[in-house]
Amino acid sequence: MSEDRESLAAAGEVRTEELLINMGPQHPSTHGVLRVVLRTDGELVLDAVPHIGYLHRCAEKIGENVTARQWIPYTDRMDYLAGMNMNLGWSLTVEKLLGLQVTEKARHLRVLIAELGRIASHLVAAGTYGLDLGSFTPFMYCFREREKILNLFEAVCGARLTYSYITIGGMMADLPPGWLEECEAFLDQFNPVIDDLHDLLSTNAIFIKRTAAVGVLSREDALDYGCTGPVLRGSGVDWDLRRDGDPFYTRMYEGYDFETAVCREGRYPQNPPCPDVPPEAVLGDCWHRFFVRMVEVAQSIRLVRQAIDRYRHAEGDIGRPIKLNDKLPPGEVYLETECPKGQMGFLVVGQGEAVPWRARARSSSFCNLSALRHLCRNCLIADVPAIVGSLDIVLGEVDR
Amino acid sequence: METAWVAERLKARFGQAVEGVQSPGGDEAVVVSASALPDVCRFLRDEPDLRFEMLNCITAVDYLQTDAKKAAKTSWQPHLELLYHLSSLTHHARLVLKVLLPRWRDDVPGRLPQVPSVTGVWKAADWHEREVYDLSGVEFTGHPDLRRILCPEDWEGHPLRKDYQMPKEYHGIRVR
Repeated sequence: MSEDRESLAAAGEVRTEELLINMGPQHPSTHGVLRVVLRTDGELVLDAVPHIGYLHRCAEKIGENVTARQWIPYTDRMDYLAGMNMNLGWSLTVEKLLGLQVTEKARHLRVLIAELGRIASHLVAAGTYGLDLGSFTPFMYCFREREKILNLFEAVCGARLTYSYITIGGMMADLPPGWLEECEAFLDQFNPVIDDLHDLLSTNAIFIKRTAAVGVLSREDALDYGCTGPVLRGSGVDWDLRRDGDPFYTRMYEGYDFETAVCREGRYPQNPPCPDVPPEAVLGDCWHRFFVRMVEVAQSIRLVRQAIDRYRHAEGDIGRPIKLNDKLPPGEVYLETECPKGQMGFLVVGQGEAVPWRARARSSSFCNLSALRHLCRNCLIADVPAIVGSLDIVLGEVDR
Repeated sequence: METAWVAERLKARFGQAVEGVQSPGGDEAVVVSASALPDVCRFLRDEPDLRFEMLNCITAVDYLQTDAKKAAKTSWQPHLELLYHLSSLTHHARLVLKVLLPRWRDDVPGRLPQVPSVTGVWKAADWHEREVYDLSGVEFTGHPDLRRILCPEDWEGHPLRKDYQMPKEYHGIRVR
């Protein structure tokens, strides 16, 4: 229908006045300081041009002026909803350049922390997505649970958002006594909450109406735009760096049992069980992108449980981080890790000094957001928040 | 997929435009000339045994030693390097392409070096090239909409150049 209308308008037969609308940078549904300039014809969006850069903090330039380890606190300010995963990405990149391998115990601890970070990030994504679409309750449920994860993180490193806990060569500290039991208690009571969220969102008739067949991103377009993470898997591409990534990274997950959250033959992994795909949903739409995250949360719980077990039985210690001014050998290393928002890549160029010659951050949100213009063409104004929310962007990471 | 094998494959097709494999330590990279870049990229994306469907990242690295003492000891001449990180989901492979550029076109400071855009091959290149243009000062010819993306439109200079001087003020706001 929308195409008919556009062609009619182009032929000069129906002419409604085009209106430019600035959505953002202070709009609650843009998840931060994103500005989207909408060219509208009535309720129809003819074009949506994203403008970014409002949160640019010169992270890469700073990276050329501090030592590799000093840059760790800057990384968790990129995706500030998953600081642990950001720390991990940079740490692994520099470790690969240094040829450093962390101890077995540190490896399991990293899986444990990174997957908890993924759950926390996906909870924010799910909660705020409900909020974008006019449903308030799931937001409270999600933030209540996320709060518990933040409490666990606080017990580990003292910070609730910007951790700098995972660092080059290991971790800042070992777990405090009794922490594992608290974590297990959290997981036990968290399982039913996922079912609640499925009831409130995934299988909710209004939610399905708002998200199914909205903002459909084909498999080809997803690859073309460099979309990664849940956005790519939401389009039906079976690709997860925890399984398919660089061996230096996948080694961390060696021996772990989990499934990638992707729709195969109309069904998502059923271990643990999850609801069926509603008939209205189309592969690559907002509903699928949302649902992939929900399935991933369930998989992350499995991973955390395994990691707790392995950490308990691992011998030795968690190793020692490198010194603040340890020199980097000459060389270039680029490594991507599977972060909650997508594939976050770091590039380090060493020149024999402690300060990297170049530090580069490839942001997953940046690439996912670049598909927005394509997704918003000929949608309704009310669908724009639904599409932006389904991409789950963090502007701190987009702008760096 | 071995980088050396990909390089051989490219050499057989593009000859002199492929300059060989560089391994500075860490990742290996295939060095290609700027003029052949879009053709090489299209070939890498479309050949069934290569199929690099995804462009992950474009990075510019500025090689200029501003410290005169250290500059006397460095082994390289001042130049720019563009790194293209690609991945193939079909073959579970990763590849780094490298393009070497002069810091300034015709050695005239202020004239940005030019590289043909690869937006026609991967749409992901659109924003990445804008970012590299904005922060590192490389002009991508044939890009549909080459304007700054992270810095304000009227910002002067390219901050990730090693000789970048931060302005004292911006629209009456003191910045340093």
